[in-house]
Amino acid sequence: MTSPAADPALAPDGIPIRRSRWFPARQRLPAAWRRPLAVVGIVIILTWTILAILAPWVAPHDPLAQNFGRYLAPSADHPFGTDVVGRDILSRVIYGARVSLPLAVLLVTLSVLVGATVGAIAGYVGGVVDAALMRIVDLFFAFPAIILAMAVAASLGPSLTNAVLAIVVVSWPAYARVTRSLVLSLRETNYLAASRLLGDSSGKALVKEVMPNVAGPVLVLASLELGNAVLLLSGLSFLGLGAVPPSAEWGSMVSSGAAVFYNYWVALFPGLAIFSVVLGFNFLGDAMRDALDPRSARSVATSEL
Amino acid sequence: MLFRFILSRLGSAAILAVGIILVSFVLTALLPGDAATSRLGERAAGNPEIVAAVRARYGLDQPLYVQFFIYLGNLLRGDLGTSIRTQKPVLSDLAQFGPASAELAIVATIVAVIVGVGLGIVASLRANGLVDQALRVVSLGGVSIPIFWLALIAVYVFSTLNRVFPSSGRLNPGQTPPSQVTGMYTLDSLLAGDLTLFASAISHLILPALVLSAPMIGLLLRFTRSSMLEVLGNEYVRAAEAKGLPRHTVILRHVLRGALVPVITVLGTAFASLLAGTVLVEQIFGWPGIGAYAFRSASNLDLPAIVGVTLFVAIVYITVNLIVDFLYGIIDPRIRRA
Repeated sequence: MTSPAADPALAPDGIPIRRSRWFPARQRLPAAWRRPLAVVGIVIILTWTILAILAPWVAPHDPLAQNFGRYLAPSADHPFGTDVVGRDILSRVIYGARVSLPLAVLLVTLSVLVGATVGAIAGYVGGVVDAALMRIVDLFFAFPAIILAMAVAASLGPSLTNAVLAIVVVSWPAYARVTRSLVLSLRETNYLAASRLLGDSSGKALVKEVMPNVAGPVLVLASLELGNAVLLLSGLSFLGLGAVPPSAEWGSMVSSGAAVFYNYWVALFPGLAIFSVVLGFNFLGDAMRDALDPRSARSVATSEL
Repeated sequence: MLFRFILSRLGSAAILAVGIILVSFVLTALLPGDAATSRLGERAAGNPEIVAAVRARYGLDQPLYVQFFIYLGNLLRGDLGTSIRTQKPVLSDLAQFGPASAELAIVATIVAVIVGVGLGIVASLRANGLVDQALRVVSLGGVSIPIFWLALIAVYVFSTLNRVFPSSGRLNPGQTPPSQVTGMYTLDSLLAGDLTLFASAISHLILPALVLSAPMIGLLLRFTRSSMLEVLGNEYVRAAEAKGLPRHTVILRHVLRGALVPVITVLGTAFASLLAGTVLVEQIFGWPGIGAYAFRSASNLDLPAIVGVTLFVAIVYITVNLIVDFLYGIIDPRIRRA
């Protein structure tokens, strides 16, 4: 650990980043732990992950069984009440995590793969290829995400798979842009040159300097997008373009409660589930963005030279 | 310099617009379903003569690249095809539903700019304090909340439980819309001098606009805060403070000016989040705008309408970003050289 006197680098909002000569990238991560919101975010995400895995044992009832009275208000037996055909809403909300979480991870992974590949190619190759690829990216940015997703989902037919595909189509360009600008900015900084001067091979420089600096911000963006992914997916399902009714999906559950405001619990609890998951991802992503801010990382690098 | 800057931005926007038209053309060509019959009603599609006439009119018997130029020509004449569902030209549908959405989006943007930028300034001045942490939660909450759920809660609390605001529509039942000038009922009722109608229009507008502004407030709050902090860390701010200027003078005269310029750039992005929100919010508030039209078209597989809406919204989005670019270039001369 460096002592405060030995140049504690400051993040943009004045929070000191502890650095070590030996693990420059890894030492920045624990900063997230000093942020209460990040811890809240982690707790929320872990809770939902555990609930999703243990759903069959945790959920009090079968999420599809229509065993109870219709629209029962929340009670000890049914803490979240029951829905239009007498299904236990608590159980359906718990099972809903099994739909939203894996699909969010899947669609962000797909988008990162497509986007980062395009962005890296554009950044490395440069020239005409770069210009052409980035115009295509601009093009996709100009289409409003949900309307394009709606058009794709509607023409492919309503299903969760198609909703995921539709969202991948609209969300990969963000990763392409970030990856490209990171690759470009790395080419322009002189610490890559410095690392070469210090005798590092280009392969070592790639692993030591380029990879952590590109992967970090791209992963931060991906973690931020997990929240957005859940939002978009549930939004499409709410519109009836994603999950098909009997399945326990949060967006379509909210939708089924939309027409019956006076039975507030039908829409309230699944919506709360969406809100909490997205908030959890965003709390975490916000702290990670601060801790891994490429700008602060760059200023640290230049101050070292 | 400024002229050349505007010209180059106009040029790239035009290229983007052609690209968007190309994509929407490809979308039309690739999507399942016969492009000719999808333009017609069921009865007309059964009549081979009409189908052949439509094929000739849209040039569907020509090679694909010829089709594209015909498509482009039709677009330039304002022919976006005919909606299968409403049986009216898509352009006239857009003209009918557009002003309602514009009214909603404009009010939401005004609310979001006032609240978001204001709170962002407050957060930056109390950086890392309790207020800042609380506002961080507000900002993250704004971008995290499912807007369709927020809309339902708003209706439940402010219309079902307490009858503060009406739950749907643009006017009370039985009221006749003001004579159309802008198509925005609040403006048109004022122009007609009808205050009761204006009050009704406003009361219908407030709730959906507030709901719609939530994600934008979150975005603007966070961006304003970080932009302010960046400027606050500058040497010239420290110099102004060292000169002994009072803090509020430093903030108002030196910091705000530098900090708020970049906020303009995020308005373009924020506007996109607004457009996404309109689809869901209009659906819940029964607001007869573009978003609701897009949704009904999508769920009815009304292809010409979907493509028309997508095209229209994309063009609006490009235009907004073009204006943002211009504003930014005018305010900050350094940008023009980039």
